[in-house]
Amino acid sequence: MSRFLDGRMPYVVCALGFLLAAWLYYWGTGYNEDKFVEIAEQREETQRQLDQRDIKIRDLNLQIREALNAPVPVKLGDPLPETRDYALGRAALQVEVAAWDIDVRPDGKGLPKGRGDVFTGEEVFSENCATCHGDFGEAVDRWPVLAGGHDTLAEEDPVKTIGSYWPYLSTVYDYVYRAMPFGNAQSLSHDDVYAITAYLLYVNDLVEDDFELSHENFGSISLPNEKNFYPDDRATTEYAAFTGEPCMSDCKQSVEITARARVIDVTPEEEGAEKQEVAALDTDQAVSSLVASGERVFRKCRSCHEIGASARNKSGPQLTGILGRKFGSLDNFNYSSAFKQAASEERIWDEASMAAFLAKPKGYLPGTKMGFAGLKKQEDLDAIIAYLKSAGE
Amino acid sequence: MAENNTTRRSFLKAGLTGAAATIATGAYAEGDPAITEIQPWMQELGEGVDARPYGTPSPFEKHVKRRNVEWLTADPVSSVNFTPLHELDGIITPNGLCFERHHAGIAEVDPAVHRLMINGLVEKELVFTMQDLMRFPRENRVYFLECAANTGMEWRGAQLNGCQFTHGMIHNVMYTGVPLRYILEAAGVKPNGKWILPEGADASGMTRSIPIEKALDDCMVAFKMNGEALRPEQGYPVRLVVPGWEGNMWVKWLRRIEVGDQPWHHREETSKYTDLFKDGRARRFTWEMDAKSVITNPSPQAPITHGKGHTVITGVAWSGRGTIPRVDVTIDGGKNWQKARISGPSFDKSMHRFYFEFDWDGRELLLQSRAHDSTGYVQPTKNELRKVRGENSIYHNNSIQTWYVNEKGVAENVEIS
Ligand code: HEC
Ligand code: HEC
Repeated sequence: MSRFLDGRMPYVVCALGFLLAAWLYYWGTGYNEDKFVEIAEQREETQRQLDQRDIKIRDLNLQIREALNAPVPVKLGDPLPETRDYALGRAALQVEVAAWDIDVRPDGKGLPKGRGDVFTGEEVFSENCATCHGDFGEAVDRWPVLAGGHDTLAEEDPVKTIGSYWPYLSTVYDYVYRAMPFGNAQSLSHDDVYAITAYLLYVNDLVEDDFELSHENFGSISLPNEKNFYPDDRATTEYAAFTGEPCMSDCKQSVEITARARVIDVTPEEEGAEKQEVAALDTDQAVSSLVASGERVFRKCRSCHEIGASARNKSGPQLTGILGRKFGSLDNFNYSSAFKQAASEERIWDEASMAAFLAKPKGYLPGTKMGFAGLKKQEDLDAIIAYLKSAGE
Repeated sequence: MAENNTTRRSFLKAGLTGAAATIATGAYAEGDPAITEIQPWMQELGEGVDARPYGTPSPFEKHVKRRNVEWLTADPVSSVNFTPLHELDGIITPNGLCFERHHAGIAEVDPAVHRLMINGLVEKELVFTMQDLMRFPRENRVYFLECAANTGMEWRGAQLNGCQFTHGMIHNVMYTGVPLRYILEAAGVKPNGKWILPEGADASGMTRSIPIEKALDDCMVAFKMNGEALRPEQGYPVRLVVPGWEGNMWVKWLRRIEVGDQPWHHREETSKYTDLFKDGRARRFTWEMDAKSVITNPSPQAPITHGKGHTVITGVAWSGRGTIPRVDVTIDGGKNWQKARISGPSFDKSMHRFYFEFDWDGRELLLQSRAHDSTGYVQPTKNELRKVRGENSIYHNNSIQTWYVNEKGVAENVEIS
């Protein structure tokens, strides 16, 4: 039975399909105009209702949004969990705390043992600090002034220095030890910092030239301006005056312009071609990795030196094309006599002399005023020389 | 010279908009070529997804950048640059445009060897790795950071032509970090622990004294800004967040916090960040930033280029003591004021954005904005502030800024009676 049907199945399906198609065709062409118009109208009416419903919904959505946008307090999130022992971190070792805790306070807390006199201070200062701050703290160019300015604080142009303004000597010690010389922080010994601090007191006319400063007499020194600081009192002196409903209309008769920035003309201009040249130089250098690490080493130098096509002298001479250049050869830079001497001997910078100089500037050329301790690692020396070469091309 | 330069781009812009206006009025019968002609980007394929793995702004925006005022400091390594406020909108400052101020250059700290130490008057002196820090509960907060010296060049008169330079030492970002309270409580602050001294790992070893109440209140140890890692120039991998207080206290590259019973009176809170008054005496510990606002558009770097008609004035306002419920704007130099419209979330100690729309009749304008904060404090005029403080305090100049706009729409920094 099933075999019989199996064989004829396709014919049966075909025949049924044909009959269905014929019937559909007949019914479909039986076009009834009245019926059509009636249905079309119904359809249109339903569409109208739907449209109105959409408009209504859009209005309601807007109303919802408005209600949501009404100024309600901003929600910042759920409250933070209560503190508990998270068992995070580990105990700090004494040696670790000692390595980092270098801060000194006016009451002497944190002051290490040591001593240094004005005479030594003058030497250390002229070696490490004078290129920027001047021999007597008077400052070179726009570097900070460290001395003078007495009795200027109430004047039009106050000069704020250690002697004229700073309230505590401990701040000098703390800051010089922690942050100076600029670009070579924490390189000075405690005795050197005592000596420099003594020298800074001396150039500010606060001690005689035979003075020695130590952890023992530190507490006996006070700075003249200490009493002229007082805590923030804005809450009592200003807030009442600057509170309340201000005038909103017809607040003044006339308004005059009393000052204009244009007259002063100190706004920076758009960068010129100069800067772009330096940038181009930077990208070329990234190609070689030795040169690239030399560029990183040069960060130690760039507080005093510029290099590249548009480099200028800073507190140190510009270093463009330095390898192959004569020692101390820039006319517009005031070299030390050590360098003037080397120049008169027609000495030329090559890799060997550069490496020796940068390893220990004052050892290689005694009397140089380059306030830089030297590069200790051979790889830094190799890298910086590669960089100096590439930046000179 | 400066005037020519700051407005060069504006004239260019003016030229463009001028042309567009002519087209719109039908001078080109053939239609606007921006529409009728096929532009290259309508036809050619652009770069694929690998071209910009870390996206950068459109080349048409390349003028939008932080800028330095060279004469301000001896060296760009200990210096400051400024946020281009006149190019921004909303309340969030993009990470790459947040102004920078560092004292020994940008420290490039390797997070794998970065540690945070807590020492001093605590039960347990502790050391944390970055991973340890990230296992404390975190929070997300939007705060402004303003340098106390912002607007410091303007005490003696109108100096710099551009709100980038007069007001750009501020940014406003969302921080992700750990409430400092958790970290201090892990170490256990002793009863006589009244102050903390955060310290940075850079070559300036930045330190500031902060009272313990603030430290336990809303300070954060943050490692993310606007969702991504802190930028190196903002203290990567971790910085202190001291909401509402002067930016110098937000120690970057934070490596140590000492707890003590007295303030340290370090260089940044004696020689610097103290406010010298005309009698020669100085206020210290002026931490809170008072309410302040500035109109960012129009301003000298962003003149009106569309001519008269409907004009949008916008600006920002903030207060270190709360939110900004209201900003007033005047267009006639303070004869009459109107309330501006604040738009965007109003977070505590965060920037607020305001707008003031009006029909410009093409006559000269003297624009000012005046912030009110949630304590009722109203931003003072420059003269009111100078009367109290003199002209030598450098820091905390939160006075009302005036821009003069001429008939051409060119804006200038001025002072008025
Ligand atoms: C390369 C230039 C340079 C050298 C060398 C240098 N300094 Fe400085 N010094 C600076 C700069 C720049 C600052 C300001 C840093 C800042 O803004 O944070 C400064 C700040 C100071 C200050 C604080 C000034 C103030 O008014 O707040 C003192 C004190 C100081 N230096 C002492 C020294 C001593 C001592 C040395 C030598 C051991 C030294 N400096 C070497 C550049 C230098
Ligand atoms: C604190 C400032 C300072 C730093 C830091 C410094 N220099 Fe110098 N440098 C100077 C000064 C000043 C001179 C001039 C020396 C003299 O006249 O005695 C100089 C001279 C030189 C010269 C000789 C230039 C000539 O015209 O003959 C070279 C080369 C040089 N420096 C390289 C370097 C390099 C490389 C570094 C960094 C690894 C560096 N310096 C770091 C201040 C500095």
